Amino acid sequence: MAENNNFPKSWKKSSKPHKFCPGCGQSLALKNLGFVIDELQIADKTVYACDIGCSLLTWDMFEIDTIQTHHGRVVPTMVGFKLAKPSAITIAFMGDGGGYAIGAQHLINAAMRDDPITAILINNANYAMTGGQMAPTTLVGQKATTAPNGRDWQKVGKPIHGPEMLAEIAQEGSYIARTISTDIADCKTKIRKALQNQIDGRGFSFIEIISMCPVNWHTDALQSLDFSEKEMTKVYPLGEFKCPQKLA
Amino acid sequence: MNKELLTGNQAIVKGALASGAQMMTGYPITPTTEILENWAEEAAKNSNLNFLQTEDEMSAGFSMIGGVLAGLKTFSATAGPGNVLMQDALVMAESMRLPTVVFINQRGGPSTGTVIYSQQELNLTCFGGNGEGLRIVYSVGNPQEMYDYAIKAFNTAWRYRFPAFVLGDGYSAKTLTEVETYSLEERKIERVSSAPYLLGEDNSSGSVNLRNTYNLETELNTLLMKHKMAFDGFTSEIVEFDDYQTLGAEIVIVAHGNIAISAKCAIDILKSEDEKVGLFRPITLNPFPSETLRSVVQKKKLIVVIESSLGQFERMVKENLYGENIPMVAIKKPALGINPDEIVERVKDFLKEMNG
Repeated sequence: MAENNNFPKSWKKSSKPHKFCPGCGQSLALKNLGFVIDELQIADKTVYACDIGCSLLTWDMFEIDTIQTHHGRVVPTMVGFKLAKPSAITIAFMGDGGGYAIGAQHLINAAMRDDPITAILINNANYAMTGGQMAPTTLVGQKATTAPNGRDWQKVGKPIHGPEMLAEIAQEGSYIARTISTDIADCKTKIRKALQNQIDGRGFSFIEIISMCPVNWHTDALQSLDFSEKEMTKVYPLGEFKCPQKLA
Repeated sequence: MNKELLTGNQAIVKGALASGAQMMTGYPITPTTEILENWAEEAAKNSNLNFLQTEDEMSAGFSMIGGVLAGLKTFSATAGPGNVLMQDALVMAESMRLPTVVFINQRGGPSTGTVIYSQQELNLTCFGGNGEGLRIVYSVGNPQEMYDYAIKAFNTAWRYRFPAFVLGDGYSAKTLTEVETYSLEERKIERVSSAPYLLGEDNSSGSVNLRNTYNLETELNTLLMKHKMAFDGFTSEIVEFDDYQTLGAEIVIVAHGNIAISAKCAIDILKSEDEKVGLFRPITLNPFPSETLRSVVQKKKLIVVIESSLGQFERMVKENLYGENIPMVAIKKPALGINPDEIVERVKDFLKEMNG
């Protein structure tokens, strides 16, 4: 059978099609992650941890060793794994609730301690698995089931800027960036850097990936692209907020 | 064998080292902080030992799980509100059958409470989290036992792959006394080995995908029933108790940990006055030595439950003696120590009432 160049080798065939909703941006991001793992030839030494919420749908997405937990605890789980086995490449994959709300202390302290793991966070501006509640990343005015009139910044504050915040805390040698799932090239480049930084033994690596959630946004394909690429990037600029010289 | 002057917390670290512990994660909290500090000192001297001071006890619990998944004998220590937070990780270990060892030195509760003593973390340690309490809990009462059961807890956890706890208290943790230390080899104790769960040597059967979420109610139910069967299967191998002078006794005191040791002293005093009193002390609170307790209390006139909590232990004793028709009284002093003299006095009162 001919090789399918559009299917990462590190993806598990038996668990496809993947479990995400149609139009979700996460599968694009994770396909890129799969391709990067293939290119770096690290599948046999990579451990991938996924969190609660939509991210748990990836517990058997890869043909690599994986673990699933909740509430942003993917970060300490991978920090502990890396400490015990420094030769492993550890990936902590989570959503904006796990990383920026219920488990925010883990990301902040991992950045401060310069824990040599790669954390990947999906920002889709809502809590998706539970049905579209307000997240720390929900835009001002954006409706959510727990913000029926839209996010009122005077009552609940403005959206969190995760990479910008972590870049303030992180040590030299950290790689911290924001990308978007629909810009395949940019997304792949940044995932690659976030993993290369760990392979090089430099330090903490973090990328936030802006992603689409048509089901909870109640948007069609074009509106989803518009909201993520135009509205979200206005609030969440793409870029590298900390990049070691050797990766630049 | 050596005799050393150690605190309970120092004895725990020595026991952990003797049993082959390789990594500790934790967050400081009285009265367990010295475990963290002593391990940090050991790890600073020995590059084979790993240490991580985490941002909180949830992180301590989950980074411990990370160490276990990578194949290292990893442990933690906590108390009180820290014990509450750590339950998040510990039920995950329970659900996934991961071996963990956690030293709990109880402090007063509820909430922040007091910093040094109670027996109020019994419920939390034995049954904490949104699980079914499939965990092994040793209740210890002095620094020597802290050493002995540190060694035992690592072996039990890694042999049976369930979370194991050594439940002590601040009094025992902070007491400086003579402790007999020994290697596993000189006592001919087997050292149960540890292997990685992820990135193991044998990847012939493809990747390992561990999950903690299930799609169907039946999937989770089947898994839990399997765990329960495994747990029940080894219960008789690990259940432990101390039976002190119950043969011929009219009154049986039931107590655990530090209070059981106090009760033992009281019994020696009462015996010298020809009172017929004995002690049954469960050492494993979970699984509980119910069959032995049931046979010990047969035909006794009175059971006296003594605890430094407000009925947590009494409930456990009642549950395990369900159906027995023997009078039971309890001395319950939450967050307070109970010394032998007080026990002697109270037991004499019970005897007076009983014998009219």
